[in-house]
Amino acid sequence: MNGLLKFITCGSVDDGKSTLIGHMLYDAKLLFADQERSLELDSKVGSREGNIDYSLLLDGLMAEREQGITIDVAYRYFTTERRSFIVADTPGHEEYTRNMAVGASFAELAVILVDASQGVLVQTRRHARICSLMGIKHFVFAVNKMDLIHFDRNRFKKIEKEIRMLLAEFDYESVKIIPVSATEGDNITTESEHMTWYRGGTLLSYLEEIDVHADDVEKGFTMPVQRVCRPNHTYRGFSGQIETGKLNVGDEITALPSKEKANVKSIICVGKEVDSANKGQAVTVQLDKEVDVSRGCVLVSGARPTVGNLFTAKLLWMDDSELVAGKNYLLKLGTKKIPAVVMNIKHKIDVNTGSEVSADAIYKNEIAECDISVSEKIVFDEFAQNPTLGALILIDRITHMTSACGVVMHKLNRADNLTYHEMDITREQRENQKGQKARTIWFTGLSGSGKSTLANALEKRLFAIGKHTMTLDGDNVRMGLNKNLGFKEQDRIENIRRIAEVSKLMNDAGVIVINSFVSPYRRDRRNAKEIIGEDNFIEVYVSTPLEECERRDVKGLYKKARMGEIQNFTGISSPYEPPENPDISINTAEHDIETCIDILLEKLEDKI
Amino acid sequence: MSEFLHLDELEAEAIYIMREVAAECEKPVMLYSIGKDSSVMLHLALKAFYPEKPPFPFLHVNTTWKFKEMIEFRDKTAKKYGIEMLEYINEEGVKQGINPFDHGSSYTDIMKTQALKQALDKYGFTAAFGGGRRDEEKSRAKERLFSFRNSDHAWDPKNQRPEMWKLYNTEINKGEEIRVFPISNWTEKDIWQYIKRENIDIVPLYFAAERKCVIRDGNIIMVDDDRMRLKEGEEVQTKKIRFRTLGCYPLTGGMESNAETLDEIIDETLGAVSSERTSRVIDNDGGAASMEKRKREGYF
Repeated sequence: MNGLLKFITCGSVDDGKSTLIGHMLYDAKLLFADQERSLELDSKVGSREGNIDYSLLLDGLMAEREQGITIDVAYRYFTTERRSFIVADTPGHEEYTRNMAVGASFAELAVILVDASQGVLVQTRRHARICSLMGIKHFVFAVNKMDLIHFDRNRFKKIEKEIRMLLAEFDYESVKIIPVSATEGDNITTESEHMTWYRGGTLLSYLEEIDVHADDVEKGFTMPVQRVCRPNHTYRGFSGQIETGKLNVGDEITALPSKEKANVKSIICVGKEVDSANKGQAVTVQLDKEVDVSRGCVLVSGARPTVGNLFTAKLLWMDDSELVAGKNYLLKLGTKKIPAVVMNIKHKIDVNTGSEVSADAIYKNEIAECDISVSEKIVFDEFAQNPTLGALILIDRITHMTSACGVVMHKLNRADNLTYHEMDITREQRENQKGQKARTIWFTGLSGSGKSTLANALEKRLFAIGKHTMTLDGDNVRMGLNKNLGFKEQDRIENIRRIAEVSKLMNDAGVIVINSFVSPYRRDRRNAKEIIGEDNFIEVYVSTPLEECERRDVKGLYKKARMGEIQNFTGISSPYEPPENPDISINTAEHDIETCIDILLEKLEDKI
Repeated sequence: MSEFLHLDELEAEAIYIMREVAAECEKPVMLYSIGKDSSVMLHLALKAFYPEKPPFPFLHVNTTWKFKEMIEFRDKTAKKYGIEMLEYINEEGVKQGINPFDHGSSYTDIMKTQALKQALDKYGFTAAFGGGRRDEEKSRAKERLFSFRNSDHAWDPKNQRPEMWKLYNTEINKGEEIRVFPISNWTEKDIWQYIKRENIDIVPLYFAAERKCVIRDGNIIMVDDDRMRLKEGEEVQTKKIRFRTLGCYPLTGGMESNAETLDEIIDETLGAVSSERTSRVIDNDGGAASMEKRKREGYF
């Protein structure tokens, strides 16, 4: 037995993927009798004039059976005398590229179908590109429908040449090109009688033989920590799966990112105590001394992944809403989950041709190179070096959708060269000197709700009692610091980011910052809160109703918006998302200004 | 590498998933159906967290029509490993006298599907491990390892989250829950071989023995207690039978067999002429796509 092989099949619509796998299962006698019977029955109502339609075995979801296409990955399991297989059958349509990527991320080898009557198509290139991006290093090209070109050797040779040219742009370890007919069964499990000129063996025998496990002992030991195991106060172990290398009791390991060293005291491997454990095994490791290790840390020995917070990654965008630079996501890499910002989009990569195209936004099923910054130093590596420490996903913070997957190309040194200067005079000392706690009070609400009036009145009262304050106002900031920003989504995000960074600097200087910005989106306010710091951010929702704001219409903006002279006006033609849990909520239609300020001061009393 | 076998790889994958859920999800639970897959899941959970006990409770949704031997086995197992075993029964359904003889598919809905939803709501579980496998049925073949349910516990097969490498996204909104299938990639044969290799206890009903039964619509139904209603012309007979899957006794078809040991069961399974789920009467009720329909409604 050669162990388990996980492979993916891909190809364009109608290239015959499902038929190929169905035929392989059928020929290898791997079907149960009841499945075989229902296959023959289903085929009678199907198209192939009573001949067996092998694809019916695989297309499982109702929607697919009705439309005759494969929209999601289907996993199949079969075992021959020589090997066990898991095959992920994936969709061909460009709009389901992300589903194909799901299958590819799981697989060690790709079987790419090429229609012999059409040769290498743009889809073939796209599939090879996605497989390569997701880390597949072993390729089989099944040149299918050879029966339709009368098993012509010269046509096959020409396609073979096209495939070799296509592969030149990818990094791969093995490739095999086989002429087949999936419907008739040539070179699937038995050698073709029609192609005596081909003596390279069948598809199944190739899959049974190929060795896909690279020998990477020299890479050293790495294990991302999944959880800390604490059954009682005498035992503290770190659980995880060994991703590269080998671990022995007594080995010296380094815990990253803290860089503390310790020796391995004991190893538990799937429930039993052992002296050593290897790549792929699930272990719990006990160390000989207390080190700072929690979930998301990585134990290493002889391996040198990067500890940093800035890197360049290649992303495959999978979300319906697009990516623009500056957006904040949750990033998961190894076992670490952490807030991250996509700093910029360097360029898009045309998924069909591979050429680099400049872009402002990335849409579903597109690939792009981006710089990503995470909120604290994490342990990562180049994907080519260590796939587990180089693969990542981005999670939308509101919808929780897996918005993108990607691979780390290389670290960026910019962050390493900038070190945060620890000042001798601390923020706390500055706060004490001024007799206050430096917080950012963030007013949000509709235009005309009374934010600026409240902010102004509040500042006067605080000033009068000896507090050191500074007010930032939307219009004022846009006239200076943010003069170069417009109102597009990415500009809006950048606007809030700069304001938040300035507020943070002022807080660090010991100053109380009072901000009044419409800031209609929860996502933006959350970003600001993260930059300024959870504990320093006081959200004040000015909840004056829209009708009242519109009645006041201090700047005449509502009128213009109603007449269509202003586009995307918050409250009229663009949404306002009220805070879910504001620290303070106040309605200026219910009280006069002085009462409002009294209420505010009462609630702020312990906070500033 | 060569010593790291196929079963080891599947075992490591399942353990990795269980640990991820325990580390990231707020309130996980492991569904325990008392069948062989549940026995394997429990065994994996014990290994995954050793020397700690599994950091979540186990939940059995009892329809009150399970085989007697299953309930005995459940209680014995919980005691042996010192794990927390919760039982949930849809008492409303019991009060209304819902039973598999008179109520057909609504019995399954009320006593299983609805009961499971009620149990998850009652305890506020945010993630539930299940022993589903992709080789059991076509629509399962397309379900992710982490499968999301909205606040009505329903599955949307057209809108599954992409699942990349082993970077599982466990983020959910309030009221939503995740179903997690750590042994998705195992086949029936893998399960049996693992049970043998690891010497895992399973309910004796899996082994052939002389048992009282009737033949109904071509299925062998065991007469487990005197609540079993006989139809006209049906006669209780004693046959040497065993079960490939376990559920509610009036709905579970047995097979004639002489397989009294694991080796004999494995031999029979390798030469099996019908796929596992055909012995569950529930699947054939509504055609090939019936499982997908039920899952959209919240069935496990």
